[in-house]
Amino acid sequence: MSSPLLTTLAVAEHNTGDTAWLLASAALVMLMAPGLALFYGGMVRSKSVLNMIMMVFGALAVVSIVWVLVGYSIAFGDDVVGGLFGDPFQYLGFKGMLEDVVSSEGGLPVTAFAIFQGLFAVITCGLVAGAIADRTRFGTWLVFAAIWTILVYAPIAHWIFDFSAGEHVGGWMANKLGALDFAGGTAVEITSGASGLAVALVLGTRIGFGREPMKPHNLTLVMLGAGLLWFGWFGFNAGSALSAGNTAAIVFVNTLMAGCTGCLAWLLVERIRDGHATSFGAASGVVAGLVAITPACGFVTPLGAMVVGAAAGLVCAVAIGWKYKFGYDDSLDVVGVHLVGGLVGTLLIGLLATAKVGSVDGLLYGGGLDQLGKQLVACLATFAYAFVVSGLLALALDRTIGFRVDEEHELSGVDLVIHAETAYDLHAATGGARPHLGGGGHLGGSS
Amino acid sequence: MKLVTAVIKPHKWEEVREALETFGVTGMTVSEVSGYGRQKGHTEVYRGAEYDIALVPKIRIEIVIDDGDVDDVVGIVVKAAQTGRIGDGKVWVSSIDSVIRVRTGDRDEAAI
Repeated sequence: MSSPLLTTLAVAEHNTGDTAWLLASAALVMLMAPGLALFYGGMVRSKSVLNMIMMVFGALAVVSIVWVLVGYSIAFGDDVVGGLFGDPFQYLGFKGMLEDVVSSEGGLPVTAFAIFQGLFAVITCGLVAGAIADRTRFGTWLVFAAIWTILVYAPIAHWIFDFSAGEHVGGWMANKLGALDFAGGTAVEITSGASGLAVALVLGTRIGFGREPMKPHNLTLVMLGAGLLWFGWFGFNAGSALSAGNTAAIVFVNTLMAGCTGCLAWLLVERIRDGHATSFGAASGVVAGLVAITPACGFVTPLGAMVVGAAAGLVCAVAIGWKYKFGYDDSLDVVGVHLVGGLVGTLLIGLLATAKVGSVDGLLYGGGLDQLGKQLVACLATFAYAFVVSGLLALALDRTIGFRVDEEHELSGVDLVIHAETAYDLHAATGGARPHLGGGGHLGGSS
Repeated sequence: MKLVTAVIKPHKWEEVREALETFGVTGMTVSEVSGYGRQKGHTEVYRGAEYDIALVPKIRIEIVIDDGDVDDVVGIVVKAAQTGRIGDGKVWVSSIDSVIRVRTGDRDEAAI
């Protein structure tokens, strides 16, 4: 309901149920950031867990601010520069959005839609950090996160998430090409994977990569993080229905199914290839399945979702080995899980989409090859743009302010060098800490 | 006086301690250590990548005893710690010049 105290630009008829679900979903997506921080944090060595968590929290802080300032406008403003991105000045600092305006999606406060989308940018940026664990300068990472949101994420989000409505002209991928991406197989998964690959190549391999053991230091954190991600993913996917109705319910079921089959498929690969079904494999398989169902969740049946999740579990479990074969140090497998899983899910729409759930039939439902072709174009365009622009940005930052820590600091551990902290004090009696509290021996630093 | 040092499998530590206590050994120092012998570590797999973990967790027990008890104590430790499989550990005996009890200043046999 519109408030009589506010100026109304459009006739604001809010659907309170939809609005409540969207705001709750936005909060669920926000929870994915700390979930990702734990998921990644457990995977690194104990000397860099805090830095890993800080990179994700840093992305949350920086990207959220940049999104409100200009990111949303670039993603959802009217097409400029031949459809590459939206008008950056149209909604600068959420200009003109705070009045009681409904979104072109219908019945939703535009601010709720805008911040829901902003948290997608946050998690996408956070994912990139996994490719450059253990060796990244924190300050440069924050600068990267800000510029990357403007140059990489927001334009791609414009292409695929900004639908034309009335006089508003949206992005080319969703409107002219007609590619389908329900919740971010391209803008989130392929973008993060391609960006991660580019930045990992610029930074180079960690000292000892492929020779020294760099095993995960805490798999219980990894499992907890995967659980929080899965929980948050219900907001990510089912919230993308932008309505608390039948589509959201189907998407919710599909999100559960793909995580389950992804988990089991990954474990099957491990049991056959390595001899053991591992907890790390279970967590990875869940995430691979969720990644793949993200673009497809609003277009396939629950049985289709099981196929999508299983396919991602199988393919990603193999793809994570490529970094050793080709020698790129994508530390926490952003390429193997998010790029590859995103490709699997986005392409499988072309096969498994059914008009019973969405609006299009894929190849297996008699829709021909048409949709698959569109999906392929969307995948390639997203990969190429994200890879090239992220790579150039990382290169520019590396040449100017430096993107990688010194060799000595990398060896002694980035937690201690960058943040002056260590994550765990397991030897309280012999840790050797002599108090100089607050600096100069004064508790709290007062004098 | 002798120092008996035993490096044993962690799951055998409780049996060794009970056997020594029954015999009358009143104290010992125990540490969690890692090392390797002929069994050469083990393999772990994370996301398909195999890691050769060279060091195996072990328990090190150190006991200072009278010369006359050495054969008994070593026999007890070996019997209690033995599984017959590779990696059971080692026990060695070394001579000690002097022992002092911190609380009283008692020396040598009186301090054991």
